[in-house]
Amino acid sequence: MKARLYLLLIAMCCAGNSSAETFVPVSPSEMTRLVRQDCGSCHGMKLTGGLGSPLTADALKGKPAEALTATILYGRPGTTMPAWKSLLTVAQAQWITARLLEGFPEEVR
Amino acid sequence: MRSLAYLFLCCVLVLVLGACTTLSTLRGTGDLGVVIERADGAVTLVNTSAKAPYARVDGLGDLSHASVVFSRDARYAFVFGRDGGLSKIDLLESRLVKRVMQSGNAIGGSISQDGRIVVAQNYVPGGIKAFDAETLELLSEVPAEYAPGKFSKVVGLADTSGNRFAYALFDAGEIWVSDFSDPKHPTTKKFPAGKNPYDGLITPDGRYYLAGLFGEDGIAKLDLWQTEKGSSKILENYGRGEEKLPVFKMPHLRGWSLAAGRAWLPAIGRHEVLVADARTWNEVARVQVKGQPVFVMASPDGRQVWVNFAHPDNGWVQVIDTLSGQVIKTLQPGKAVLHMEFTPRGEAVWISARDDNRVVIYDTRSFEQIGGFDVKAPSGIFFTTRAARIGF
Ligand code: HEC
Repeated sequence: MKARLYLLLIAMCCAGNSSAETFVPVSPSEMTRLVRQDCGSCHGMKLTGGLGSPLTADALKGKPAEALTATILYGRPGTTMPAWKSLLTVAQAQWITARLLEGFPEEVR
Repeated sequence: MRSLAYLFLCCVLVLVLGACTTLSTLRGTGDLGVVIERADGAVTLVNTSAKAPYARVDGLGDLSHASVVFSRDARYAFVFGRDGGLSKIDLLESRLVKRVMQSGNAIGGSISQDGRIVVAQNYVPGGIKAFDAETLELLSEVPAEYAPGKFSKVVGLADTSGNRFAYALFDAGEIWVSDFSDPKHPTTKKFPAGKNPYDGLITPDGRYYLAGLFGEDGIAKLDLWQTEKGSSKILENYGRGEEKLPVFKMPHLRGWSLAAGRAWLPAIGRHEVLVADARTWNEVARVQVKGQPVFVMASPDGRQVWVNFAHPDNGWVQVIDTLSGQVIKTLQPGKAVLHMEFTPRGEAVWISARDDNRVVIYDTRSFEQIGGFDVKAPSGIFFTTRAARIGF
């Protein structure tokens, strides 16, 4: 399972590199699902908050992208926000931050 | 004469029809339940004898992290939504009876010993609120204000004797016990818990309240039969100072943790189930498992403990034999296993696989799949047996 996930992530990165500066994961729908469902277990599926703080565009307005990306990758010690660097690449974390700041897309099922 | 005969015929017809409809509508609810459709704000109503859904009720709002308690006649399900919605559903008529928005951000609820009060636990605004189970009218509330102007998220709400409810304050590190014997004027006692309690449970006899801690290794314990003795800690320092793994999902606690005289509890940030003697509360064993446990759930007879895991190991389920303390089976029920629920006497377990859009049913003796059905993004599964259990 772990191995499969890593393979998937590697596949995402490779495909993303085809367009050098704008990173697009091979399957945005997988990423969208990860954020809505797995980040959603703390931040809420609608990202309006739960144990984690709200991640809506309104809530994040004015926060620097780099800081948010760093939070995703390295977590926030002393809170329940975990470090995702073992599961997400820098580019993927940046992709998530960019989507969060503009209002995260809905999942298409 | 003719009209008399006609009248007679009519009467017979009415009687026959009447009998038919009563025959087909009279039924108990002991084998019914609710499956949350996480993404669609709906619930699927299920029958565990038929191993199949029988109806669907929608319009329930944001049901990510929704939970359900049942009225004591086991006819009504109270669904607590993430968005603060509280919905009362009639399992027999398959319809939404009433829905109120009771807060901005909720996490679950509970029902009183006498069945008359439904209590919701809230993140925002932090606190608990009591409602009349019949009408869903607000009776009273206890804001979780632990310091002037500071409100805590409330977790781990569970009912116990005397219409009391125990719960934990995530931000304050406290356990509170509120007595609703006068539903409009609750009284509250407060006890220290430890750093960041994330969930709590009440043992099946209603005696002990346990709160799992996120901010430190250990579990807080309060004897509800003699609260004057205060709270204490068990399983302290189970991580032995080692760095824990990142926790991608908080575990859940509930009274199903007790089996074969022991408590089976998820370790935080470790691939372990902790086992404590349920009389001395000393650690007696640890079971190494596939990932970080989320639900550690004993079967009704306590012979088996089923465990599912946090992301990225959430495709697995493991079964521990409580006599040997060994993992005896490893299953792959589907993608993103979120919840499990045993049938009333435990011959089968129902498992939700969110990303497969499927509920699968396993025989607990043979571990064979004996059924299943499609349902969109299923999460929690709740059977009416919970209606009669303390702490559910
Ligand atoms: C186990 C719970 C949990 C999970 C899972 C989780 N978070 Fe968080 N997250 C938190 C908490 C709690 C905070 C607030 C930390 C604080 O108080 O500073 C937070 C904060 C954040 C912030 C900073 C927000 C701000 O306003 O500064 C971002 C961005 C974030 N999370 C993104 C994510 C993403 C993306 C995921 C999934 C890949 C995720 N989180 C999964 C608990 C979680």
